Amino acid sequence: MASKGIKDAVAIVGMGCTRFGERWESSTDDLLLDAVGEALGSAGVQRDDVDAYWLGTLASGQSGLTLSRPLGIDYKPVTRVENYCATGSEAFRNACYAVASGAYDRVMAVGVEKLKDSGFSGLLRADPPSDGTAAELSLTAPAAFSLLDPAYTSKYGVDPIAMREAMTHVAWKNHVNGARNPKAQFRKEVSRETIEGAPKVAGRLGIFDCSGVSDGAAAALIVRAEDAYDYTDRPIFVKALSLAAGPMRGGLDPAYDFTTFPEVVHSAADAYAQAGITDPRSELSLAEVHDCFTPTEIVLMEDLGFADRGQAWTDVLGGDFDADGRLAVNVDGGLKSFGHPVGASGLRMLYEAWLQLRGDAGPRQLADPRLALTHNLGGRPGGCVSFVSVVGNERG
Amino acid sequence: MGLLGYGAYVPAYRLGSESGVRGTRVVASFDEDATTMAVEAARGLTGHAPGSLWWASTSPPYLDKTNAAAVHAALRLPSTVPAADLIGSARSTFAGMRAAVASGGLVVAADVRVGKPGSADEKAGGDGAAALLFGDGDAIAEVLGMASETLEVLDRWRDPQRTTGEQWEERFGFEQYADLVRGVAARLLDEAGLTEADHVVVTSGNSGITKRAGALVKGALSSSSSPIGFSGAVDPLLGLAAVLDVAGPGETVLVLSAVDGCDGLLLRTTDLLASRRAARSVADQLAGGRPIPHLTYLSWRGLVERELPRRPEPDRPAGPPSARAGTWKFGFAGSRCTACGFVHVPPLRVCRSCSAVDAMETVSLADQTGTVATFTIDRLAFSPSPPVIDVVVDFDGGGRTTLEIADADPERVDVGAEVSLVFRRLFTAGNVHNYFWKAKVL
Repeated sequence: MASKGIKDAVAIVGMGCTRFGERWESSTDDLLLDAVGEALGSAGVQRDDVDAYWLGTLASGQSGLTLSRPLGIDYKPVTRVENYCATGSEAFRNACYAVASGAYDRVMAVGVEKLKDSGFSGLLRADPPSDGTAAELSLTAPAAFSLLDPAYTSKYGVDPIAMREAMTHVAWKNHVNGARNPKAQFRKEVSRETIEGAPKVAGRLGIFDCSGVSDGAAAALIVRAEDAYDYTDRPIFVKALSLAAGPMRGGLDPAYDFTTFPEVVHSAADAYAQAGITDPRSELSLAEVHDCFTPTEIVLMEDLGFADRGQAWTDVLGGDFDADGRLAVNVDGGLKSFGHPVGASGLRMLYEAWLQLRGDAGPRQLADPRLALTHNLGGRPGGCVSFVSVVGNERG
Repeated sequence: MGLLGYGAYVPAYRLGSESGVRGTRVVASFDEDATTMAVEAARGLTGHAPGSLWWASTSPPYLDKTNAAAVHAALRLPSTVPAADLIGSARSTFAGMRAAVASGGLVVAADVRVGKPGSADEKAGGDGAAALLFGDGDAIAEVLGMASETLEVLDRWRDPQRTTGEQWEERFGFEQYADLVRGVAARLLDEAGLTEADHVVVTSGNSGITKRAGALVKGALSSSSSPIGFSGAVDPLLGLAAVLDVAGPGETVLVLSAVDGCDGLLLRTTDLLASRRAARSVADQLAGGRPIPHLTYLSWRGLVERELPRRPEPDRPAGPPSARAGTWKFGFAGSRCTACGFVHVPPLRVCRSCSAVDAMETVSLADQTGTVATFTIDRLAFSPSPPVIDVVVDFDGGGRTTLEIADADPERVDVGAEVSLVFRRLFTAGNVHNYFWKAKVL
């Protein structure tokens, strides 16, 4: 990877995040205003002090006007970005570069999604006119990710019952974590029996193996690292930002076996290099990862280097990634329990890193965290975009 | 000019006694129509490119648009081969046969016959397709003659806006047709200097005629009618196909079709027939089959509306992308990198293996088999008949893609299962039929 990174060049000095969930009462505009207002308030900054905005949304609006109109922003640059489910992270990444370039002093990255107004289950796709032959047109996201489960058990000789228990553990853990998060969509612990007995959606995935379909928004205020303490005594510094878009080879190549996301491996290696991390297992204090479906989180533990190949399922079952395990993963509940309003999710992950690294995470606060990783993925096995960031509470 | 080959297609589903049907009623799947089944019937016949393509049906998926063009595309025929529809009544098939005999062409008939719930057409009809290829060369049967009688008669008719039709009392039609059938048979046999044919097939939408087929015109060796009940335009070709599946060399076959008159074809088989029969006989295809619940069948035909997954309907396929994707969408052609051999399904310009740009050659995979690399059952996806089963297929000889399974039996889908490709209609949106290929477990 040839990316040089911008380690410690920019910092987050304010963040906001709405409650995620079926927000029947709130419009996209309302969610944006609430998240931006909280972020500005946490940094003590006025709207007009922000020099530029990046707005991430998959399908809840088009163009920068989606943000400038509800906020009443006067003639500032507002850029709308979209990168599938990594959209929120992408808004953040581009906003960080704008500050690092010296072009702006203060910028805001905002992500929003209003999924629950459509009346349909799951995500909707706005595809361009086509010849009607693409498998993605019919194969839903849970079906695409359900392919990981049989592929993994067959490659590593894992008893499907044990794999099912590992998937159940992921859902159970993330519900336990979400139950301690006042902003999560699902604030209830769910028994293993309930998880395994739920109606099937695709393959062996039941409804509790799927992330929450929800509405929500999140926002981050970004400034130059050297200015960070002007806004807060507890800023968090950006150590690494990495994005990898795959060539979609897996769907075409018989050599691909559906037990890994090569895009994640690449983006993680790039991010660790940027941040100077050599042993993510010991150096990271927490990780927020893209647990869109339970087998995804298991595979990500290996792709991100948190577990050996073929071992993540047993590490998961051993509680390694529980809140009190060796590396807390999705301590805020993750997509599973916090919910997955697509454009907001990447910034929601950073919001948990922000809370944890500042010691503001309340009942789920981890002891003395220093470095946090966020991982955000858009697409499906065989072809996806993968984002990895590393943020820390000390400037190197 | 002789008969060079024939093919028949009998779909996989059967309505059983639960729906009041005696025996089994052959029904096309929700993703089949007269275009897709025509492709299946004619697929094996194109080693010798026909001079023309004639597609006959009483259940055309489109009007104003030539259905035969999609069949032509799926069969990957040269663009110089004319293709046309002959639609409306079951009599169209013989018109196509006359044209095919005259020009060395392919005539293919296909039908989805729909009857009102509980009707004779529902019970005693049948869905399917059959094809005959005529031309110069080594024939499996020589054409001895064709003859016709035409009669204006109110026996069967249908409002063009409806899928189900009506019929006068069958005894009336029987009396109108009986003499015509005997007359056409006599003319053909006389002209050929024969007193009787070895095999006689009598088909008609009038069940009085088909019930008494053997009494009207008897064959020395066999007398038969449609193997699946009244299958519209398919009837005479399917009946002939079933005879050709078993006939010996040098035997005469008389096919008589009584629809608004009577049409007849007299053939004599050659020594080549035994070695060039259809790959799967009509009897074999009939012997297979899976039961389908009556309610599911009715939903397939739009006679009841079923609750579907809470997902949006797909967008209709768009004209320009479909035109650009012609050899892929209709012919299942991928691209093979001439630099490294990597096969891309669908075709791409930049090689996924060696990154060579525009170094591709077209490779047709429609007749290729493959194995299931992995699969899933998608209960959320939109489908006219959920759930969708999707498989990742690795083709023998290279290439991978993801396809839906046709005629899905979840019990039979597994990693490592061998599949072939079938031409199907994925869905219909905005009055556009989305034709593409699916995988079928062998």
